[in-house]
Amino acid sequence: MAPVKLADPLAPSDPHAHPEHPPGLPLAIHDLTVAYHRKPVLWDIELNIPEGKLVAIVGPNGAGKSTLLKACLDLVPKTSGWAHIYGMPYRKHRSMVGYVPQRESVDWDFPVNALDVVAMGTYRRLGWFRRVGKKQRDTAMEALDQVGIAHLADRQISQLSGGQQQRVFLARALVQDADLYLMDEPFAAVDAATEQAIVELLKTLNSRGKTCLVVHHDLATVSKYFDWVVLLNMRVVAAGPTEEVFTRDNLQKTYGGRLDLLEDAAEALKNVRI
Amino acid sequence: MVDPADIVEVLLLQNYNTRLVVLTTALLGIASGLVGSFLLLRKRSLMGDALSHATLPGIGIAFAVMVSLGMSGKSLPGLLLGASLSGIAGLLLMLLIRNTTRLRDDVAMGFVLSVFFGIGVAVLRMVQGMPGASAAGLESFIYGKTASMVKSDFILIASIAVVASATSVVFLKEFLLLCFDESYAKAQGWPTRFLDILLLALVTAVTVIGLQSVGLILVIAFLITPPTAARFWTHRLSSMLVLSAIIGGASGWLGASISALAPKLPAGAVIVLVAGVLFLLSMLFAPARGVIPRAFRQRALRRKVDRQHFLRAAFELLEAQSGPEGVRNLPFSLESLIQKRSWSPFKLRRILSVAKHEDHLEPAGPGRLRLSEPGFGEAARVTRNHRLWETYLIKHADIAPSHVDRDADMVEHILGAELVSQLEADLSQRHIAVPMPPSPHAIQSSVISKK
Repeated sequence: MAPVKLADPLAPSDPHAHPEHPPGLPLAIHDLTVAYHRKPVLWDIELNIPEGKLVAIVGPNGAGKSTLLKACLDLVPKTSGWAHIYGMPYRKHRSMVGYVPQRESVDWDFPVNALDVVAMGTYRRLGWFRRVGKKQRDTAMEALDQVGIAHLADRQISQLSGGQQQRVFLARALVQDADLYLMDEPFAAVDAATEQAIVELLKTLNSRGKTCLVVHHDLATVSKYFDWVVLLNMRVVAAGPTEEVFTRDNLQKTYGGRLDLLEDAAEALKNVRI
Repeated sequence: MVDPADIVEVLLLQNYNTRLVVLTTALLGIASGLVGSFLLLRKRSLMGDALSHATLPGIGIAFAVMVSLGMSGKSLPGLLLGASLSGIAGLLLMLLIRNTTRLRDDVAMGFVLSVFFGIGVAVLRMVQGMPGASAAGLESFIYGKTASMVKSDFILIASIAVVASATSVVFLKEFLLLCFDESYAKAQGWPTRFLDILLLALVTAVTVIGLQSVGLILVIAFLITPPTAARFWTHRLSSMLVLSAIIGGASGWLGASISALAPKLPAGAVIVLVAGVLFLLSMLFAPARGVIPRAFRQRALRRKVDRQHFLRAAFELLEAQSGPEGVRNLPFSLESLIQKRSWSPFKLRRILSVAKHEDHLEPAGPGRLRLSEPGFGEAARVTRNHRLWETYLIKHADIAPSHVDRDADMVEHILGAELVSQLEADLSQRHIAVPMPPSPHAIQSSVISKK
């Protein structure tokens, strides 16, 4: 009797082993469940993110949007399933992913300036003990320029506005020159100028064939900024091109009976071509 | 009274008896300044406190073990080893409580701190009854005592201090990343758990070698005070580390010297008091974040804002009074100025006296004001800058026009002349009359708006 062959969860995703996950995708998630203290946050996530798309992750508070990103980055333990970056586990493809955490996740009253924070994006390539030199500073400066705040490079980070702090985090991810960017609420509480700058940046990255997965809270701008959307509420309600997936019906399924939010959603849907 | 010559002798290390003590304590101070910086930035200060209290049972147990093995019981390396082990046990218990229950960190730390300290006091009392050895002097680990060491002890303490300092400098980049953004560090593949353990190991090392001279109750102050003081002087991590090491080293040096000259004072308390004085001076006077320089900057900003408000209000009054041929410098009534702004009589008097002092005002009879030539010019300039800003904000940023006035004031007062001229260039490209654009949003009379 031939032995039963079990799929190795850490093996590169192979089209025969997982016919539903074609190989080489920027991000493929299979059967992902994450639980904190016995309470599941994400249930049975199946997700394929195609290359070169600007993807919004949308869902109510507590839907597990940030957790989904963190699970992809091995920052929270997975109860089951896997997430593959370009066909490999994250730890094999770290340099292909640029991570922009939530701005509130750090203490901004820290004795470093904007350039120092952006230069942290070069640490991985520098390796142990080597210090940031002119080359790394130049790279960081370029990234700051790309997000439009090169003139604030020497500014202590607590003296930056919320929007400028967000741009510093974006610049730190840009330094890596990754292929897939995971951004956790970059649009949260930023000024209009920063919002515009982030949109421009997303477009630039998109035009260079990069994939961006962005946790987004503003339903009104989803169809304007993103060509793909993942509707998430502990499970994936729907995922696909914005014009197909971002519908009243799907939003109702995502947000449930939260009527106030649905009114926002109705407002947002006015912008959708049907 | 202490002879001044003695003071000089001790401070300059000319006295053989105190040379080692002073030098070792200074090295300890440098190490605690460096390691303490990272402990502070990692927001783990309380953990250091729990750790130091958790060392006490180990001291007593190590003494008992050494005595029962037929050794002297007072050998410093043995006692410090015991202290390290029980400190680590305290840390592990703390982590265990935190990870297995849902108690908050401070509860776990408070528990470990008090329980281990209690056990320690009990163990010390018990070992004092042990036959064949005198445990007297073990209590000096609680409050610190520099005098009771031999040369090999100094060498042990000094070398651990040097190794701990060197390690924290070598791992500067890694510790910086860990302290600033742990989850990013983890996502980037840095072994954050190893770095965390290394940092706690350094804290343990500095705490343990600080026990002898500073004592376990005060050693946390020696770890935390120098970096906190240093933080007032700088916004850069590298300079904070250097300053913290200097402040820690100086506290150790001065504190050990003072306690050598006045042996009745407990060494630990003196060292920590010196650090405390340096902290107080930094908090009050440090230019970067000190309380007094900050208050002066606030006052200067407030004055600048008041001055510009006055000049702009005066100019808008003149504009209202003048005909279409242009704004002329005419006298205006104090009453109309008060209506423009809701100034208290005290504030108004101060603003007017500053304006007089700057030669912006000329005498114009009772209840009337008149700008001088330079005052008029300055008023025109201030008003022009302000309007350029307002126009810019309305045109370029999605800020509701009703919010513009306040924002414009802030930006204008903080950014100064250079940016304003840049804006001017921007605006002239867009064919907006620069010499004096009409106000998109004149100051409303406060009397009317209160209705």
